Amino acid sequence: MNGAAQVTPQAVEYIRILPEIVLTIFGIIIMMLDPLMDERRSQRTLGAVGLVGALAAIVATLYQSQYPGVGFWGMVNVDSFSVFFHFLVTAVTAVVILTSYEYMEVQQIRAGEYYGLILFGAVGMCLMSSAVELVLIFIALEISSISTYILAGFRRRAAISSESSVKYFLLGSFATAFFLYGVALMFGATGSTSIAVIGQVLASGQPPVLAYVGIALMFVGLGFKVAAAPFHVWTPDVYEGAPAPIVGFMSTAPKAAVFAVLLRILFEAHAPGRLWLIWVVAALSMTLGNIGALVQDNVKRLLAYSSIAHAGYLLVAFAALPANGIPAAMFYTASYAAMNVGAFAVVSHLASAGERYVTMEDYAGLGRRSPLLAATLTIFLLSLIGIPATGGFFAKFYVFSAALQANLVGLVIIGVLNSAVGAYYYLRVIVVMYMREARQEVPVSPVPLGLGVALAISAVATIYLGVLPGRVLEYATRSAGDLLR
Amino acid sequence: MTPSLHLVLIPILPLIGAAVNGLLGKRFSRQAVATVALAFCGAAFAMALWIALRFSSLPIPLTEYVAPWIRAGSFQADFAFYLDQLSLVMMLVVTGVGFLIHIYAVGYMWEEGGFYRFFSYLNLFMFFMLTLVLANNYLLMFIGWEGVGLASYLLIGFWFTKDAAAAAGKKAFIVNRIGDFGFLIALFLLIKHFGSLNFADVFGTIVENSTQYPVETAGAGLLTAIGLLLMVGAAGKSAQLPLYVWLPDAMEGPTPVSALIHAATMVTAGVYMVARSHVIFDRAPMALTVVAIVGTLTALFAATIGICQTDIKKVLAYSTISQLGYMFLACGVAAYSAGIFHLMTHAFFKGLLFLAAGSVIHAIGGEQDMRKMGGLRDHIPATFWTMTAATFAIAGFPPFAGFFSKDEILWRASQVSLAYWGIGVFTAFLTSFYMFRLWFLTFFGEYRGDQEATQAHGGIHATGSRAGVPAPHGHSGIHESPKIMLIPLAILAILSVMGGWIGAHRFELFLAPVFSSHQTAHLVALTSEQAGQITAMEHLEWVFTAISVAAAALGLYLAWLLYRDRPQLPQRIANALGGFYHAVANKYYVDELYAVLFVKPVVDGSTSILWHGVDQNVIDDTLNDSAEAARDVSDSVRHMQSGNLRSYAGWVALGAAGVIAYMIWMGTR
Repeated sequence: MNGAAQVTPQAVEYIRILPEIVLTIFGIIIMMLDPLMDERRSQRTLGAVGLVGALAAIVATLYQSQYPGVGFWGMVNVDSFSVFFHFLVTAVTAVVILTSYEYMEVQQIRAGEYYGLILFGAVGMCLMSSAVELVLIFIALEISSISTYILAGFRRRAAISSESSVKYFLLGSFATAFFLYGVALMFGATGSTSIAVIGQVLASGQPPVLAYVGIALMFVGLGFKVAAAPFHVWTPDVYEGAPAPIVGFMSTAPKAAVFAVLLRILFEAHAPGRLWLIWVVAALSMTLGNIGALVQDNVKRLLAYSSIAHAGYLLVAFAALPANGIPAAMFYTASYAAMNVGAFAVVSHLASAGERYVTMEDYAGLGRRSPLLAATLTIFLLSLIGIPATGGFFAKFYVFSAALQANLVGLVIIGVLNSAVGAYYYLRVIVVMYMREARQEVPVSPVPLGLGVALAISAVATIYLGVLPGRVLEYATRSAGDLLR
Repeated sequence: MTPSLHLVLIPILPLIGAAVNGLLGKRFSRQAVATVALAFCGAAFAMALWIALRFSSLPIPLTEYVAPWIRAGSFQADFAFYLDQLSLVMMLVVTGVGFLIHIYAVGYMWEEGGFYRFFSYLNLFMFFMLTLVLANNYLLMFIGWEGVGLASYLLIGFWFTKDAAAAAGKKAFIVNRIGDFGFLIALFLLIKHFGSLNFADVFGTIVENSTQYPVETAGAGLLTAIGLLLMVGAAGKSAQLPLYVWLPDAMEGPTPVSALIHAATMVTAGVYMVARSHVIFDRAPMALTVVAIVGTLTALFAATIGICQTDIKKVLAYSTISQLGYMFLACGVAAYSAGIFHLMTHAFFKGLLFLAAGSVIHAIGGEQDMRKMGGLRDHIPATFWTMTAATFAIAGFPPFAGFFSKDEILWRASQVSLAYWGIGVFTAFLTSFYMFRLWFLTFFGEYRGDQEATQAHGGIHATGSRAGVPAPHGHSGIHESPKIMLIPLAILAILSVMGGWIGAHRFELFLAPVFSSHQTAHLVALTSEQAGQITAMEHLEWVFTAISVAAAALGLYLAWLLYRDRPQLPQRIANALGGFYHAVANKYYVDELYAVLFVKPVVDGSTSILWHGVDQNVIDDTLNDSAEAARDVSDSVRHMQSGNLRSYAGWVALGAAGVIAYMIWMGTR
């Protein structure tokens, strides 16, 4: 009901969607520049515009954090929680654009709307984290999803890419339908689509069965987006076909945004009956993800299964008590973003034209041929395993300790066993890089500046989170307080 | 608010140097590597000096908070640095002596392969050592503690192609692990009982709750346990009985390393740690007694071994162990400032002794055996004179630095027990004897080395060439070291002469805020009770001093008699002593004893039971089988991935049905 009396929004309310506005403007600029430019030259210019847009959005986010509060008739809410995810999404966007620079040239893909779509996708993801109204969340989810459907098919010459795009689109629409149906049922059960109001209604008494079903359907829809088992089946095929930088993008930024939505719906709306649901889905995701990854020889598929497993680890935090679970989940999204974007940046560099070199075999002897690149990838892989001094370690540590404080011993044991299984396939890549001779020398081109910067940012972030996790965790804990208030 | 001192820069600067040289040094010229290493180390020294100059205007003690680190529940450990009189002294010694040794090392290592690697390690060591002495909590201190151990390991094994060097590195690391085990348990006890590792928190709690943490005179309690465990850690790092065995072997490292790490700085970390923890030790008289006894016995024990060593660096190594024993003796009689004073003067003269010994070794082509030296006085006069200053300093002749600090320790020890004093004076006599033995053997008499060989080798470091690094040298024959090596020698010589003039008393007054602010009732009581006795002994101080100087003089005379006047005597004495001589010459067979008692059982047990039995049969087989099984399961999971869109939708629908059914069941329950 907040601000319902007023007809036009105040200026400060525009600040509360400032990053989204900035990203949209830059996206439109790219779309308008594209037809005006020479095709060969447009690549770099459009990328630069996209990068500037992402950086401007980061600045806008920082500026926005000075003006917390709700806006637009209670539809968006800027708090430290939304600022955290805005920052994460825009930072990932910037790094992915840096990675794409070289990739697009090597793959000879016309940039065109590529960078525009990344920015538009980021708009949806940002909006997801600040939206506090189910219909707006749905719209934001669609903005983000449709952009990624198209981006997944951007390697137009490769049949596998088109296949990936179509599969993603059809299954994604299927899942979105679940979500939308859940929103409708929720509205039926509570008479509102505002998360705050729903929270009040659900907390005030025994919720109706309808609300349970609504939660279930929304959970299915969102579970699909984060690739949680058993809604994960699309992931390996789509990741294998989509352009490598885009996989890095869509395995981190939209996932983080969807996790933000899940946090809001499950905790802010006091969703009932979630514990065992999450327990089973988390255990299933970790186990299927890790076991599936064991036999993969394609690095992109391997990382796809790994992302299923990591969704599982993350969901463990959702089963914990909100006060520990929310900051643990937030920390996890951040460190997963850092290491996974980095890993995919390396993959996209090594892939070469047509993504020819993406199998384990192609990585043999990389430690000798390109020691710095191999070392960087090793950092990301060690972090994915959860070795101390990397962000992945503290991410797992906080999640598992939050779960332990909620007495979820069984789930933690499953999680830790899964981490051990996971170590196998990540280490396999490291072993192949350093201890196996290449059967045929796969060419490694020198790392260009943009990619170098992207890798440096990811590696520094990964290690920063692993050595000095205090500051980020403290911020996340504060955000959790904002969310639960 | 005082403006930030940026204390963090002091450790960080050498770290940057280490990173630059470590990552890029391979492509640098030697000049560039040396410039980087010296610049960053020198900058840290300059900062330390700058802080020292404005020290009196600072609100001491001050804590500088850098970043949060670990926060788990109520436990908190941060990256924060702590500056008080004690850490100031340590910081100055480490950066000052460290910088001089860096300069020296440029000359000493110039011909060696892996030049950049050496300086990267050396800077890395400075980073960890400074972290150790500036940390405001035990955990950060422990990071530094382990880090200097790592740097020490890397530098001992610098010539890693040489088996002895690699083995010595390993030995140092493993023996230190034993000490760290004690240190770690002490930290766990602190966390358990105080919920914190911050110096201020822990010590504050102890001081404020004197009823809860009384002086444990009646029986050993928590603080005694912590104190003893800390001492185990200190004994490992500072090479005290029974964990001293790694230090003599550590001499396999390049000589500047021996000077910096294994004489002047790292090995004194244990002394610093005990002094820093004095609040705990003050309330644990039993632990203090153990510290004093370990120190005294180590001092004596190592000095006796030092007499029979023939390798110039080994003599100095045992001498270091012995001198560290003095420092622990000082701490053990609660004369912490005397211990730190000796730590400082020792850093000057022992650093100098090692550097001068390095210069000698350099001069005669890598020879370390004193039996093959002699008469070098005229060939390398600068080295000779600086070494002379250091020798007189360590022997305890006034007015050299060592006299003041050692005399203070002996005087303070005599007030607690005459036994400590007696052994201390006897050790001082032994110290004087073996040091002048070294002096006479090296610089006087006839040159006993192989002149031809020296010329043929052209002054290559034997160690370097053994490492397979050809190091051509322009000079031939015995030659004085280059200026870059002599200048640090000269500066350290001046410090060895004058470093003690500040006076033990004034030094104690300076450190008083650190050590007396937590003065316990126990010690006050002790002082007042024995006040009469002490005043009675006050006039005796001159007598005590005279006796220790006489002991030093006696050592000098005996060394002259045996190694200058009648050089055939030592052999006759050795023959007469027979078995005892052999025992001492072979370092009391302690290494062999440890090998039989600890090393062999562990190695044999590991091989037969743990490796062949447990690892290969149980763990490997189980793992292989379960890995096999996991792969089979994984293969079947792959079948879920048919690639068929309808089947995917089917999976999603099936999952959704499950979720909805469960939630309906939950809702209707």
